Amino acid sequence: MSALDTGRSGDTQPAGVALAGDYWRPEGRPDPLGEKGRSGIGAPLSRVDGADKVTGGARFAGEFRFDGMLYAALVYSTIANGRIFGIDTRDAESLDGVALVMTHQNAPRLNTPPVFLRAPNGAAGDDHPIMQTDRVHWNGQPVALVLAETQEQADAAAESIRVDYAAEPAMTDFAIAKTQARQPDNLLGGPAEIRVGDADSALAAAAYRVDATYTTPRHNHNAIEPHALTLAWVNEPEGEGETLRIHDASQCVDLAVASLAEVFGIDISRIHITSPFVGGGFGGKTLWQHQILAAAAAKLAGRPVRLALSREGVYRVVGGRACTEQRVALGADDRGRLQALIHSGVAAMTRHNNLPEPFFQATKCLYAADHIRLSIDVADMHMLANTFMRAPGESVGTFALESALDELADQLGMDPLELRARNEPERDPTSGLAFSSRHLLEAARAGAERFGWSERSATPGGRHDGEWQIGMGCATATYPYMRMPGAVATITLTPDGATVGIAAHEMGMGTATVQTQVAAARLGLPVEKIAFRYGDSQLAGSVLAGGSQQTAAIGGAVIAAQRALVTELLSLVDEHSPLSGLSPDEIECRDAGLGAIGDGSRFESYRQILASAGRSELCVEASAAESQELGNWSMHSFGTIFCEAGVNAVTGEVRIRRLLGSFDCGRILNAKTAASQFRGGMIMGLGMALMEETLFDARSGRVMNPSLADYHVPVQMDVPEIEVMWTDIPDPHTPMGAHGVGEIGITGVGAAVANAVYNACGKRVRDLPITLDKLL
Amino acid sequence: MQWTINGQVREAEVDFRTSLLDLLREQFQLSGTKKGCNQGACGACTVLVDGERINACLALAVQYQGREITTVEGLAEHGKLHPVQAAFVEHDGFQCGYCTPGQLCSAVGMIGELERDLPSAVTADLAAGQIEWQRDELRERMSGNLCRCGAYNGIADAIAAVLAEELGEEIAR
Amino acid sequence: MNAFDYHQAADGTQAIEQAVRCQQAKYLGGGTNLVDLMRETVERPQTLIDVTRLSRDITDTDGGGLIIGAAVTNAALAGDARVRRRYPLLARAILSGASAQIRNMATVGGNLLQRTRCAYFYDTATRCNKREPGAGCDALEGFHRYHAIFGTSSSCIATHPSDMAVALVALDARVHLRGPAGDRQLAITELHREPGERPDLETELQPEELIVAVELPPLAMAVHSQYRKVRDRASYAFALVSVASMVELDGDTIADTRLALGGVGTKPWRAWQAEAALRGQPATAATLAAAVDAELAAARPLPGNTFKVELARRLMIAELSQRLSDARNGGDA
Repeated sequence: MSALDTGRSGDTQPAGVALAGDYWRPEGRPDPLGEKGRSGIGAPLSRVDGADKVTGGARFAGEFRFDGMLYAALVYSTIANGRIFGIDTRDAESLDGVALVMTHQNAPRLNTPPVFLRAPNGAAGDDHPIMQTDRVHWNGQPVALVLAETQEQADAAAESIRVDYAAEPAMTDFAIAKTQARQPDNLLGGPAEIRVGDADSALAAAAYRVDATYTTPRHNHNAIEPHALTLAWVNEPEGEGETLRIHDASQCVDLAVASLAEVFGIDISRIHITSPFVGGGFGGKTLWQHQILAAAAAKLAGRPVRLALSREGVYRVVGGRACTEQRVALGADDRGRLQALIHSGVAAMTRHNNLPEPFFQATKCLYAADHIRLSIDVADMHMLANTFMRAPGESVGTFALESALDELADQLGMDPLELRARNEPERDPTSGLAFSSRHLLEAARAGAERFGWSERSATPGGRHDGEWQIGMGCATATYPYMRMPGAVATITLTPDGATVGIAAHEMGMGTATVQTQVAAARLGLPVEKIAFRYGDSQLAGSVLAGGSQQTAAIGGAVIAAQRALVTELLSLVDEHSPLSGLSPDEIECRDAGLGAIGDGSRFESYRQILASAGRSELCVEASAAESQELGNWSMHSFGTIFCEAGVNAVTGEVRIRRLLGSFDCGRILNAKTAASQFRGGMIMGLGMALMEETLFDARSGRVMNPSLADYHVPVQMDVPEIEVMWTDIPDPHTPMGAHGVGEIGITGVGAAVANAVYNACGKRVRDLPITLDKLL
Repeated sequence: MQWTINGQVREAEVDFRTSLLDLLREQFQLSGTKKGCNQGACGACTVLVDGERINACLALAVQYQGREITTVEGLAEHGKLHPVQAAFVEHDGFQCGYCTPGQLCSAVGMIGELERDLPSAVTADLAAGQIEWQRDELRERMSGNLCRCGAYNGIADAIAAVLAEELGEEIAR
Repeated sequence: MNAFDYHQAADGTQAIEQAVRCQQAKYLGGGTNLVDLMRETVERPQTLIDVTRLSRDITDTDGGGLIIGAAVTNAALAGDARVRRRYPLLARAILSGASAQIRNMATVGGNLLQRTRCAYFYDTATRCNKREPGAGCDALEGFHRYHAIFGTSSSCIATHPSDMAVALVALDARVHLRGPAGDRQLAITELHREPGERPDLETELQPEELIVAVELPPLAMAVHSQYRKVRDRASYAFALVSVASMVELDGDTIADTRLALGGVGTKPWRAWQAEAALRGQPATAATLAAAVDAELAAARPLPGNTFKVELARRLMIAELSQRLSDARNGGDA
C-alpha cells in the first residue's frame, strides 16, 4: 500500500479548502481537494460503519419487519420457451399458514417496467411482462408466488405447486445462436462498430501477426447477501392514500422507485425505498422481478411481505454476465508498433434487454494502433437477461486483448511491458481526444520494480520449484471514469456539525466512510462532526452505484452544495463580520468555519455565523455541474497487474503465488478502503481467471450450478497476499482529482493469470476459466 | 424447546423444519447471523455451539436444544469489542459486512481449534502434537467462509494480528 | 421442505425401534447433506430419527486397531491423536473435505451415507435415474466434469463424493451395522453398490439398518499413508481426483500396498487391479506404470471427464513414487 504521510482523523487540523469551480472546463481550475498533502484526504480511516458490521448491528433488507408480515416463496419455470397450460395450486392453498398463491391468473395488472439503458428511468433487467400472461421466456422465470405465515410454510407450499407447460422451440445453444448473431443498434449508447483506417488490410500486410479467438463463460455476481426485501403498502393518515414502503438491497434506489412507479401506475412520491446496508452488489442489485412480485403480492394479500430469494432463486431471477467469443487480431512491425488492431466477436443476449457485453470498451483507448476495427454482435437466446457485472466488457475484454498482446510479445521476443510501452498513445486512438490524466507507464514501471518483473524468465518453463512450474505475467487494467447526471446533495449545517445527504449507496465500497472524509475536508470539520446520509430514495438526487462513478458523482454534488452553503452563509453575515464583503470565491472552509483565503485574521466559525443570524441550522441543496469533462477529454483509469503463478506439472493445478496491482486512478481518497476495493476486484478477477463459470445447459437453457457449492468463487486459500499501489496523481478534471476504484481491479487479471500460466508452462489457454484439465 | 443463546436461556415452539439459523433470525430476531446460501456452502451463518463453529443453516433447531449457542451478537463483552472484532475493523477485514458475522464466529472457533492443536489439511506433520501457527494454517482453516467482496487479506491480517498478540510474536508467512 | 416428525434416539437399538415404527423414516446425523437434500425436495422423509446420541467414542481394539462410534464427528476423528499417528491418510482425507464448520457437524456414519453432488440429481426439474429410477440421466450428455469414470452404467455416472470413505476403503475398514434382524459387519468395500440399473440403491444396507461404528484394523504401513486431493480450488471443493496410498517395501520389492481413488468412482474406488499388479513386484517406474494402466483399463470416461484418466494416471504414479521414496528413506513422509 502506498506510504501516506497523513494521519488518522482528528490528528491534524484540516487546512482551508477553497470552493471548487470549473474543473470540468479545459482551462478550469482543479478541485483544491485533489492537491497533494490535503489533510484527511487519502488517510486510511477505518470504516465509519465498522462497529455496526462486526457486532451484527447492521440491518440488511431482509432483516426488517412489519407487523403481520408474510413470507414469500417463488416457483420457477422449468422450460425456456413456451406456455403454461396448467397450474395446480390446490395442495399449496390447503397447507397450513398459506395466505396467498399468486399466478398469472390472479396477479394484479402490472405495467411492464422500463429497462436499464433503454429508458432514462429504467432499472429493470428486461421488458417481459411480469406474471401477466401464460408465456414463459426463460428457464427459471417465476410462474407462481406463495405467501405464508412462515418461510417454512411458504417454501413447502411452493414446492407442492404443479405446473404443466407446452414447450416451444427455444434457442438455448450459444454455438447455434452465434451463427445467427446480429449487430445491436448501440453499445452502451455508443456505436457497436468502430473503424479507424483499414485494419483488415493492415493486418494482412503486417510482418508480425496474432489472430486468435478467446472465449469467456457466463458469470454470476454471487454477492453473499442474496437479494431480499421487506415491504408494506402503508395507509397514510387522513385519506392520503397508500405508500409503498420498501426495505431493499439496492444499488439504485431512485431508478427503482421510478421504475416501480411505472409498473404500479402510481406517483413516485408514493414509493419510498431505503437501503442502508447492501451485502454486495457488483451490478446485480438493480430491479428484477422479485421486487415487483413481492409488492404485487402484498397488495393482493393486503399484508406486508418479506421476500428473500434463495441462492438458487438469485440465479433464476437475477441476470449475470453473458458469455463471449472474441477475436483479437494484432498486426505489428518488427519494432512492435501496432499497425492493425481488430477486436470483434459475439456475446449472448436476449431481445428483451439492451446490454451487449461490451468487451471492446477497453480496446478503444489502450493502444496507438494505426488501424483499428472494433465490433460486437449479439446472439439472441432464450435465457434470463444478462446484465452488468463488475467491469462489464473490460473484465472479459481485457482477457482477450491483453492475452493477445502477450502472444505478440512472445512472437517478437520482446518484453511484454516494453511492447505495451511502445504502443502508448498520445491521444485516445479512437476518439482523438486528449487524455485527462494518463500515467499508465509510471504505474507499470513502479509496479514492475516492486514486483521484481526483471526476474521473469523470457522463455516459458524456465523456473521450477519441485512439481511447480513458475511463471510471471502482466496485463494492463483499465476502466473509464464516469460521472452520470442526476446527482444532487444537501448539506445541513448546525452548530454541531454538518449532515450531507444524497441518494447514493454503500455496498461495501466504503462510500459512507470516504464521503465522510471528503465532506470533513471540504467543510473544514473533523470527521466526527460529519454525518453522511445515503441509501434512501427520499434523499436528494439520483446516484447509481455503478460504472465506478459514485465517488465522482457524489463529489460533484457536494462541490455544488458547498458553494451553495458558503453563499448562504455569506448572505447571513452582517457588516461587522470579518467576512463582510467577501465573495464565495475569496472564501475557504477551515477550522469549522469560513475564512478569507490568505488572511488568517478574517475568520468566523459556523457556530458564530449561525448564532449571529439567529439560526439553529442552515440547509442547502444543489445539483452537480453537468459532466462536460466527459466531452472534453478521454477519461480513464489505468493500471498494470502482475501475477506470479505456479502450474503443477503433475496435476495442472494453478496456484497464484503473488499478485500485484499498480494503479493510476487519480487521487486516492482513503488508502484503506481503496486498497480493499482494488484487492476485491482483483480477487474476483482471479475467480474469473481460474474457476468461475455459470453452467448453462445448452439443451434446456437451465443454469445447472445455481449454488455456491457448484459455482466456485475464490476461497481464502486461493488468495495470496495481494500488493496494491497507486500513482496518486490527481486528475485535474474530476472532483477531488479522483476516479472510482471499484471495477478496475478485476480488469487485466484474467490475462495476467493466463500470461503467467503461459510463462510457467508454455501452454496458452484462451478459454476461461483456466481449469487444470486445460493444462494437462 | 429451549436453547442458551449468548448466555441467556431462550424458549420457543418451532416447526421441526426450522433451522438454527432461522430460529435465530426470525424467532429471536438475532439477525446478525446471516443467510448466504442456506446450504452449507458459504459460511455466512457460522455460529459457535458449545464453543465449536458450525453452519447454522444446516442445523435443525430441534436438534440443538439445550446447547450453548454464541452468535456475533454475543462476542462483545460489556460493550467492548472482542479482539477479533476490533482487529477486523482495524485491518478492513470486510467490505459489505454480510459475511462478516460468520467470519468472526468462524475465526473465534478456529483460534480455539489452533489452541487445542487440532490439525488442518495443510498441517505438514499430522502426527505432531503441536500445530505451528502460520498464515497458511489460518487461511486453510478460514476457507469455509466465502467473502465475495474479497476482503480475504484483511481477514487474514486481522486474525494473524490477534494470534500474534496471543503468541507474543509475528505469525509466520 | 416437507413437514416431518422428529425423534431423538438414545442409542442404536432405540433408533431402529423408532424407524421400524415410523413410515418413511430417515436417520439424521449431522444433517449436512440430508437437510440440504430435504430443502431441495430430493429427500422427503416423513420422520427423522436423530442418531447423533449414538456412540461418540473412539476406542482401541486389542490388535492395535480402532473402533469409531458412528456419531463421532469428522473433526473429532481427524483430530484424534491415534488416528493422526496410525492412520494419517484418514485424518488428511477428512481434513481435505468440506469446511471446518461442516466437519464439526458431520458424523462418520452420515459421511459414508452422503449422496452424490451430481447437479442433475439435485435439480428435480431434470431427469435422474437415482432420484427416479427409469426417468433417464441428463448428466450423460450434460455437465459431467465431476462425474465418475469407474463403476458407471448407462443409468448413472454420479460420483460418490466422500473423501473420508476413500481413506476407509484403502484401510479395509469394517462397518458395524445394527438392524431389526440384529448386528452384522460388512467390509467397507462392500458397503457401497455400483449403480447398474438401480442407481437409487446405493448401499447394501437393509431397511432400517443403521451404521453404529466403523472399525479400523491394525495396519502397520498405514503409519506412512497419505491422501492427496486435486480439485478446482485450493480448498472447500469436491475432488476431481484424489488418491489414498501406502506401500510396504521388502528390499526392492513391493511387499504390500493399498491404493484407493476419490472423485472418479460411483463408489469410493479401491484400485484392486493396480494393487494386484504392484504386490510382489520390483519397485520400479515400469511396475508403477503397468499397475496404473491395469487400473485405468476399466475407466469409461465421457467427453467432459476424459481428463480424469490422465489426471488419475499422473496422480497415482506421483503418489506411489513418493510413497516408495519415503519407504526407502526410512518411512518418514
